[in-house]
Amino acid sequence: MVLPTDPSAAKFTFSMLINDKRYRGYTFQFTALIILIFAMAYLGWNLTQNLTAKGLNISYQFLKVPAGYDINQRLIEYTSQSTHLRASMVGVLNTLLVAFLGCIMATVIGVFAGILRLSNNWIVAKLMAIYVEVFRNVPVLIWILIVSGIFIVALPQPRSFRGENPEATMLWDAFAFTGRGIYAPKPIFNEGSSFVIVTFLLSLAAIFAYRRYARNKLYAEGVPLPTRWPSITLFFIPAIIVFFAAGSPIGMEYPELKGFNFKGGIWARGSLIALCFALSIYTGAFIAENVRAGIQAISKGQTEAAAALGMRPSFVMNLVILPQALRVIIPPLISQYLNLTKNSSLAIAVGYMDITGTLGGITLNQTGRAIEIVLLLMLFYLIISLSISAVMNVYNNSIKLKER
Amino acid sequence: MKYSVILGTMTAAGLAAGAAMAGTLDDVQARGKLNCGVSTGLTGFAEPDASGVWQGFDIGVCRAVAAAVLGDPMAVEFVPLTTKVRFTALNSGEIDMLARNTTWTFQRDVELKLEFVGVNYYDGQGFLVPKALGVSSATELDGASICIQTGTTTELNLADFFRVNNISYEPIPVETGNEAKQQYFAGACDVYTTDASALASARAAAADPNTHVVLPEIISKEPLGPLVRHGDNEWGDVVRWTLNALISAEELGVTSGNMAEMVKGTNNPEINRLLGTEGTLGEWLGLSADWAQHAIAAGGNYGELFENNIGVNTPLGISRGLNAQWTDGGLIYSPPFR
Repeated sequence: MVLPTDPSAAKFTFSMLINDKRYRGYTFQFTALIILIFAMAYLGWNLTQNLTAKGLNISYQFLKVPAGYDINQRLIEYTSQSTHLRASMVGVLNTLLVAFLGCIMATVIGVFAGILRLSNNWIVAKLMAIYVEVFRNVPVLIWILIVSGIFIVALPQPRSFRGENPEATMLWDAFAFTGRGIYAPKPIFNEGSSFVIVTFLLSLAAIFAYRRYARNKLYAEGVPLPTRWPSITLFFIPAIIVFFAAGSPIGMEYPELKGFNFKGGIWARGSLIALCFALSIYTGAFIAENVRAGIQAISKGQTEAAAALGMRPSFVMNLVILPQALRVIIPPLISQYLNLTKNSSLAIAVGYMDITGTLGGITLNQTGRAIEIVLLLMLFYLIISLSISAVMNVYNNSIKLKER
Repeated sequence: MKYSVILGTMTAAGLAAGAAMAGTLDDVQARGKLNCGVSTGLTGFAEPDASGVWQGFDIGVCRAVAAAVLGDPMAVEFVPLTTKVRFTALNSGEIDMLARNTTWTFQRDVELKLEFVGVNYYDGQGFLVPKALGVSSATELDGASICIQTGTTTELNLADFFRVNNISYEPIPVETGNEAKQQYFAGACDVYTTDASALASARAAAADPNTHVVLPEIISKEPLGPLVRHGDNEWGDVVRWTLNALISAEELGVTSGNMAEMVKGTNNPEINRLLGTEGTLGEWLGLSADWAQHAIAAGGNYGELFENNIGVNTPLGISRGLNAQWTDGGLIYSPPFR
C-alpha cells in the first residue's frame, strides 16, 4: 500500500507563490519592495538627469564658503565671516537647546497636569481637562504665534524703561522683563571662586550620599531618618561659609539699559522663551494624557493595598503607583519628545534661528542649493530623532518589569 | 521646513516636467494664463485691493506681459511667494516669470541660472527708525535690534555694513515684509531695514507716518527687476521687450490716454514700430503686431505705472530720483525699437 505523500513535502511549483498561504505573504512583500526600489531609483535618476540638463549639479562645496549673515543667538563663536558649515552648527545647537529645555518643561507640565486631572477635587480635575483639550486640539504653530504675540505686546519694550519717569522699572534693579527677552544678573567668577564651587559640588554629593544612607537604613531597619532639613542645610550652609571666608569672590553683573537695549547680565531672548514655552505647553497636554493613561493602567487594588498598609496618599503615588505607571508612560513619552524636537523646526515663525532657520532658511536662500540642503536637514532630524529614541529606550529597559 | 521640503519635492517633480516642456511662450499661450510670481504683500508694489484684485507697480509688469502675450491684462494667475521660495518656484516651472522686487546679483544670474530681463526699479537698502529715538545716521545704531527679512540680499549688506563700521547689532529675522512691519510697530525691533522703496511703503502703512523717518544712508545698490529661467531665450525676450516697451513709451510720450491717437499713425517712425503700425517687431517676438499696444493699455507706460502706484501723489510718496528717464537725469533707459 502506498501512503499518501505528506502535504508539506509537496513539490514546489510557481503557482504556490500566489495560491499557497505560506508563500503568498512573501510574494506580495517582495513585489512591493521591488516597486518601491524602482520608484525611488526613478526619482533619483530623474533628478540627476534634469539637474544635468539644467547645468546644475549636486555639490556640498557651499558649506566651506563664508556665510555672510549674522545670527542673533550663538552658543559657539560665529561671525558673518564664518562658513555656512559653522552657521549650520550654530543652528544645530540652537535646535538642541530649545528641544532640551522644551522636553524638560513639557515633562514637568505634563506629569503635573496628568496627575491633577485624576484629582478628587472637581475644579482641579476639570481645569486640567480643559487645559489638555484646548492645547492639544489647536495646531502648535498657532500656539507659537499666540505666545510670541502676547510676549511682545504684553511686556514693555526697552524704550519704556528710559527717561525720568519710566513706564516700566526693573525688578529689584536686577531683573528686566521686556518684550525682547528676560535679562537677569550674571555671576562673575573672580579669583578664589573655585573654592566656593568645589564646596558647593561637595555638598551636593553629601546630600546625595546622605539620602542614600537614609533610604538604606529605612529599608533595612524600618527607621525613617529626616531628609528634608539636613538636605537644605547641606545645600546652603557650607557654600555660604566658604563664600565669605574666601572674601566674596563671586560678584554679580547686573543688566543695564545702554543705548537701544539692555547690556550685561544673562539674556534669555524672547524668541527662545516664547518658542520653548509654546512647544512645552502644547506637548505637555499630550504627555498629561500619557501620564493619566499610565496611572489608570495600574489596578485600583494597588492603591487600596498601599492605603491599607497605612501609607499617606503622597507615598502611595510616589512609591507605589508612579514607579509602575512609568512602564506604561515611557514608550509614548519617547514619541512626544520626538514630536517636540521636530516641531521646533517652526522656530522661524518667531525669528528663532534653529537649523531650519540657518541652514534650511538663510543658507538655502543665499546659495540656492535646495536639494542638497533639504537632504542634509532630513539627515540631521533623522539622527537627532534616532538618538533620542535610543537614549529613551535604554531608560525604558532599565525601568521595565524585570522578568527572571 | 514647511515650504522648502514641499518645494524641494516639487523641484524634483517640476524638473521632470521641465524636461518635457516646450517653450514657455507656447505654454502660456496654450494655458491662456500667465503664472506670475509676486510678493506676499507690499503696499504699492504688489497687494490685493479691497475687492481682492492685485494692484501695484510689480503687478503692472505682470499685467503688461499678459496683455502682450494673451491680449488680456487680467489673464494672470498671481502666485504670492516669500523670499525663501521664489527662485525654487521659478526654476521648477511653477511660475513663468517673477516680478517681486528681486535684486539682480551675479550669483542669482549666474549660479542660480536665472535671467534678469532688465531693471524696473533702482533701489538701495535703507533704515527706518522711529523719530523718538533721535537717531540721525545709521552709524549711531550700535546695539540696536534690527528687523530684517531672511533670505534677502539686505541680510548680507547689513552684516557687511555693521562689520565695516565696527558696530554691533541684534538681527531679528522675519519671513515677510508684513511680519517685519508688525514687529517694528510693536517695538520688538528698533530699526527696520530693507530696500528704501519698501521702507517708504512700510512708513506709509504706519498709524502716523510722520513719527517715523528713513535714515539718509543707502548702504547698497539694489537694482530690482523681473526675471525668468535661464535657457528659454524666446520667453526672456518677450518679458524683456515688454518692459522696454513700457519704458520707451514713456520716453516717446505714448500714454494709455493718447495711444488711440498715435495708433492712427505718427510722423515718428520709432513710435510706429513700437505700436506695430510699421515694421514686423511683433512677429519677430512670436506675438501679434499690436502686442505693445496691449501692454501699454494694461496699466499705462512706465511713468504712469510709477505715478499711479508709488509716485509722489500716492501714500508712498516716492519721487522718481534714479528711476527717472535718462533724458531727465535718471537711469531708466530702454534700447531702441528697431
